[in-house]
Amino acid sequence: MKLVLALIALAALAFMPSFAGPYPLGLMIGILGYGVLATAWAMFSGPTRYISLATVAFFGLGAYTVAVLSETLPYPVVLLVAALIGLVVALIVGLATLRLAGIYFVIFTFGLTELVRQLVTYYEVNVTRTLGRYVFLPLGPEHIYWQLLALLAATLAIAFWVRQSRIGLALRVIGDDPVVASHLGIRITRTKLTLFSISCVIMTLAGAIQAPRWTYIEPSIVFNPTTSFLVVIMALLGGPNRLFGPLLGAIPLFLLFEWLSANFPNHYSIILGLLFIAIVFVLPNGVLAAGESLWARMTRKEARA
Amino acid sequence: MLFSAILTGLVLGGTYALVAMGLTLQYGVARIMNLAYGDIIIAASFGAFVLFTALGLNPLLGMLIVIPAGFALSWLIYAVMLQPLARRSRDRGRLEGDSILATFGLLFVIQGVALVIFGSGFMSYSYLAVPIDILGTTIAANRLLAFGLAITFGLGLWLVLTRTRFGTVIRAVAANPASAPLVGINVDSVARFAFAIGGALAAAGGVVVSMYLTFSATMGVIFTMKALIVVIMGGVGNLMGALAAGLILGLVETLVASFIDPGLTLAATYLIFLAVLVVRPQGLFGKAAR
Repeated sequence: MKLVLALIALAALAFMPSFAGPYPLGLMIGILGYGVLATAWAMFSGPTRYISLATVAFFGLGAYTVAVLSETLPYPVVLLVAALIGLVVALIVGLATLRLAGIYFVIFTFGLTELVRQLVTYYEVNVTRTLGRYVFLPLGPEHIYWQLLALLAATLAIAFWVRQSRIGLALRVIGDDPVVASHLGIRITRTKLTLFSISCVIMTLAGAIQAPRWTYIEPSIVFNPTTSFLVVIMALLGGPNRLFGPLLGAIPLFLLFEWLSANFPNHYSIILGLLFIAIVFVLPNGVLAAGESLWARMTRKEARA
Repeated sequence: MLFSAILTGLVLGGTYALVAMGLTLQYGVARIMNLAYGDIIIAASFGAFVLFTALGLNPLLGMLIVIPAGFALSWLIYAVMLQPLARRSRDRGRLEGDSILATFGLLFVIQGVALVIFGSGFMSYSYLAVPIDILGTTIAANRLLAFGLAITFGLGLWLVLTRTRFGTVIRAVAANPASAPLVGINVDSVARFAFAIGGALAAAGGVVVSMYLTFSATMGVIFTMKALIVVIMGGVGNLMGALAAGLILGLVETLVASFIDPGLTLAATYLIFLAVLVVRPQGLFGKAAR
């Protein structure tokens, strides 16, 4: 039943470009893009509480791969290469840090964006001698929309499967108590690494798919740390431990950010920062969990009365 | 050429060591992983810049204003924002997660304020930019002064921590926050104080940085990153480790910048960090923990 509902919703969304104007379509692309990133982020960081601050490093890698290769290789191959690059970087980062306490992982991802940005800039300036590239692909906004919709559906399906499967359960045990997990015979590093890699490949693909929207790409555009920040707030607002939590967080926050960046471009990051702190304080487990506990409290009161 | 690079590297390393000592206090004693640390440094740099250009106050005197301000600001941040989180979280892992998120938000607030006031351009001012001759190579006097200040502050802090009663109290909380109350230590207030001293050191580092480097509102992240790497290399809570690691980092960066390519300094920093994580995650000078 739920599956049928999900498929109907997906089909309905797929027809959206045929009647929506360019502005709503642009908004939808933004929501889908952030929805994918937030869901992928929460897939790993939700159960383990390993906060990754490097979303945009992978996102940017994907976008840059498309910018570099789009003229020499067919588009599907470019996407495949982007996913592979994301996988390799995720494995390097994961193998170096995921064996250790969570704090090392956070610190490493915190600086990873800056590192990748500087390396790409170095490569472009010294090897190819061009900084900034143009992406000319015969893809309209509706194509990007459909690809992102497919990616979001796939991401949600993977997240759903992970929650049901042994690996998801293992990940939750690790998040609750790594010592117990190792006594249960869970291969901690391998489990974390697998989920981290899946989540990073999805983020890379999200960047790759959205690359044609910019037309002009340079490192400071695609490796913008605000994106990582937004993704974390969205997932936290919706609730990183719920299947649809991150997506639900992405919708209102993306619209709010659009409005803020149009009306308060200079005070944007101050407002975002304060909002972020407020969410950490007031809703540590997200809106959905807060709503449920409120609902539980209300129904209990009614039962008592 | 080599000697002058080493000299520059030592100066840079001294600054890194100074700021890392503040971070190691905040993380080691108050158990707060402060991602907004570098933005406090940059805020202090802007403070020194304003005092110098608008009031003509030289940075050494400026420190008398900026360092207490850094202390007060960090004290306030801890009391208002972080203490409630510390009380709410039962275990250390939860506090680490929450404090990382909260200070990540703070990073954007401080950076946003700096961007609104000063814009995103690079800033610098010229103070004591006279060449001094040391063993055949010349170095600007402000760099020497920066190195001297870093050493003075670092040594002063080390003496306070190891030679005074108050320093012993701080080290007791760092060693075991659960047992410290048993000997009559108020962990809450010690943690707040240590966090504030960390902020004061960040402010001192910021003034030192502003004397000889150009800085911009968005550079805080890089300083946080470097301070974190130095802290982990030196071993959390280990001041002498932070000093040694800071000097190593400064030397490596300058050598890479002058002999390989300035665009690769951060990559070199990361490579060292990776190597330390893989070989000795407890830090070069730390004892194996956990």
